[in-house]
Amino acid sequence: MTHELSLELRGIHKAFGSFVALRHIDLGVRKGEFMCFLGPSGCGKTTLLRVIAGLEVQTGGEIRQNGRDISRLPPAQRDYGIVFQSYALFPNLSVADNVAYGLVNRKMPRAQIAARVAELVKLVGLPGSEKKYPAQLSGGQQQRIALARALATSPGLLLLDEPLSALDALERVRLRQEIRALQQKLGVTTIMVTHDQEEALSVADRIVVMNDGRIEQIGTPLEVYREPASPFVADFVGKVNVLPGRVHGDRLTVGTLAMHANGAGAAGAGGSGSTNGADRDVRVYLRPEDVLARPIAEGDPHVFDAAIEKIEFLGSHCHVRVSTPAFAPHGLTVYLSLNYLAEHSLQVGSPLRLRLLEERVRVF
Amino acid sequence: MTALAHEHRPPAPLRLRAHWTDHAARAAIAAVVLLLVVFLALPLGAILRQALEGSDGRFVGLANFIDYARTPALLQSVFNSLMVSAAVTAITVPLAFGFAYALTRSCMPLKSLFRGIALVPLLAPSLLSAISLIYWFGNQGLAKDLLQRFGIDQIYGAPGIILAECLATFPHTLMILVSALTLADARLYEAADAMGTTAARKFFTITLPGAKYGLISAALVTFTLVITDFGIPKVIGGNFNVLATDVFKLVIGQQDFARGAVVAIVLLLPAVLTFAVDHIVQRRQTAMLTARAVPYAPRPARGFDAAMTAYCTVIALLMLAMLGMAVFASLATFWPYNLAPSLKHYVYGLVDNEVATGFFNSLEMAAGTALIGTALVFFGAYLQEKTRGMETLRSTLRLLAILPMAVPGLVLGLGYIFFFNAPTNPLNGLYHTLALMTLCTIVHFYTTGHLTAVTALKSLDAEFEAVSASLKVPFFKTFWRVTLPICTPALVDIARYFFINAMTTISAVVFLYSPETRLASIAILNMDEAGELSPAAAMAVLIAAASAVATVLFMLLGRFVDRRTQAWRGTAR
Repeated sequence: MTHELSLELRGIHKAFGSFVALRHIDLGVRKGEFMCFLGPSGCGKTTLLRVIAGLEVQTGGEIRQNGRDISRLPPAQRDYGIVFQSYALFPNLSVADNVAYGLVNRKMPRAQIAARVAELVKLVGLPGSEKKYPAQLSGGQQQRIALARALATSPGLLLLDEPLSALDALERVRLRQEIRALQQKLGVTTIMVTHDQEEALSVADRIVVMNDGRIEQIGTPLEVYREPASPFVADFVGKVNVLPGRVHGDRLTVGTLAMHANGAGAAGAGGSGSTNGADRDVRVYLRPEDVLARPIAEGDPHVFDAAIEKIEFLGSHCHVRVSTPAFAPHGLTVYLSLNYLAEHSLQVGSPLRLRLLEERVRVF
Repeated sequence: MTALAHEHRPPAPLRLRAHWTDHAARAAIAAVVLLLVVFLALPLGAILRQALEGSDGRFVGLANFIDYARTPALLQSVFNSLMVSAAVTAITVPLAFGFAYALTRSCMPLKSLFRGIALVPLLAPSLLSAISLIYWFGNQGLAKDLLQRFGIDQIYGAPGIILAECLATFPHTLMILVSALTLADARLYEAADAMGTTAARKFFTITLPGAKYGLISAALVTFTLVITDFGIPKVIGGNFNVLATDVFKLVIGQQDFARGAVVAIVLLLPAVLTFAVDHIVQRRQTAMLTARAVPYAPRPARGFDAAMTAYCTVIALLMLAMLGMAVFASLATFWPYNLAPSLKHYVYGLVDNEVATGFFNSLEMAAGTALIGTALVFFGAYLQEKTRGMETLRSTLRLLAILPMAVPGLVLGLGYIFFFNAPTNPLNGLYHTLALMTLCTIVHFYTTGHLTAVTALKSLDAEFEAVSASLKVPFFKTFWRVTLPICTPALVDIARYFFINAMTTISAVVFLYSPETRLASIAILNMDEAGELSPAAAMAVLIAAASAVATVLFMLLGRFVDRRTQAWRGTAR
């Protein structure tokens, strides 16, 4: 796999006084890739973006863009466009002047600027809005203009700092798809910072999950979701049940159920543990949708009885909290469709049989 | 886990290679800091040095302070100052609170008129109220008998100072209390109403605690204004000595610089204390009001509104009586024998006494202060808020910009004498010039302008500069195209504040003028000393008129600027 790197970070370290915000970050961003920095607030994702932009200075480490060392270059000498959560549109300038802001400085002829502005405004889906002021636009429209402004100078790298956080839920979903489509159309290497896992899963080529100034995992959305590299990732991305388990040789026991440890994805953190024969206490991670209510074959060793304790209605599906002698005293949350619940007239107190998907179980 | 092993601390912190625009910004910030060091920090340092040196220039430690404490006459002044300031605070704060309450919490008619009248004293030097009091209650006063019926023998001395200061400080106190009472959350009152709370209980459990910090702040500011005011005690104090007049007598009269410096430092104490407490209080006040608060809107209540109107009418009439008497007396042909109106005091009194030039000096200085001061303050605030790097210089600038608030004008002026009058100072040539007086006035009123500018700049998106850099547009272009146009209304505010204060200030510049550079406000003092009270009143009225005209002009300018640069604001969806 030889991917040409657009951006390369080596050993980036950042401390604010005694507080360490970034610890030895190594990362390569491929050309044309859409990468998301995902993590809880305070994990260092925004600091990392600002280091790449030159708005913060790393305490140590190296940044290369297209092979060029930009570690010590001021923002104005780096090649990127940036969009902030607050839009940062100049309120006293019209939409056209905002989009043209970086072009005017390049001493382009007036007509050429006007043509480029019209092209960009059309590209972000707001043709005809050139003469308006930002205050006349909705939040989503303002963010589209901010995007057009960042793209106007055709930068080699697009940085998006939580661009959707200030928008309402519907607009957020619509704009993130637009940004993704635009990014694919232009092929511009893009880094987006977000704390919203759904957002990251839906648009990114690869996700960098960060926690406490470190990278926890780099992977495609599916990898991050299905094969979390650490308990933190499993917890942060998606919903998960955590149960105590025990590994003995290549056998994993969770409650009264036993399964093959290797098949149970024990490769996680304790993959090497299976080679020594001693018993080992582990934590077993199981997503709600990896516990099925059907189809259930007779004699399946991973089937257990449960009773519904609570139903959290989410729309087409529900999170159903069940208690089961199999894992007592621990309960389990499973993900069941509304139709299924209706079909079997399930309600609080109803008994049901469930099957655990052995191959999806993660052990740490 | 394994990342810990890789963790390393580089030997030296990295720095970005500086773009040439970074160098420009750094040079500019260094220039502003240098200016404030020379015209603020060094003069203040000179006072301290003077206070710690004997007459032969040797270091004597606290000897001057001990000597001061052993002089009964000077200690009497300390007591007098404290007594007067406490009395004024005790009278003005409740009165102004009532007025502010009427303005913010009632549906009284003509609110803006009442507010405007209450703010009138700001347009004239504080001693205008003292001059008016002399015409009302002085030896030849119209209502002298009234005073004696109250058991006060004569207006000169403590009674006059207290009355005049009450009038002069009223607008300052009022403004603080109005802003404190404006910050009210309607939801608290709705919750109280829902529980059937009485009006009195609401007042004591919601209104008063909500305005607590404003009240503390108003009391401190009033106290400090009075204790550091020089003009009123000079005009109406008679033989009643206070600290502020002592400084003047010691330094100008007796040339006793060491003791003058000691008194100045004593005067600095309440001001610094006020400043410190106010700083803490302000922070709490802003934290109290959350973004989700619903602004309080008063509802009509006939009895209450009528009572409030009556109260405000009385106060407004007192204000007008004060201003009106000055106007009336300045127009009287020969007080108190011939009250027929004439322009005699304006024409002969001012022109022939060669003090009319003072009025033009004042206008020149006020214009200079407004222009240069606004530019300096805004530029300094911009560099402090919107550029990067140079953290040490930046925090020095922050401190120096806030410091003037804690320095009474009298103390600043004294520092200027000590510093600029020293023969060894290469800037000695500035002494007695209008340029130095302008700079002194700018520094004197720097903080308020600075805070206005900082507030305006903070309301801008913090990422404008980052966006510009990413678009390869240098910061000064963004300053010119975006920051400055958005902030022009604040600039007009700052300029007006500088202009009015430069017209009316006395305390700092009274140490710095020469006969050629005498200002209108100082001419009032001189004429009062020479017993020429009518021309003095005429000059005070002229200043008030000029300030009023300037206020109107600034308002028009503000409206013009709004139309030119703020079009984008009015176009919300």
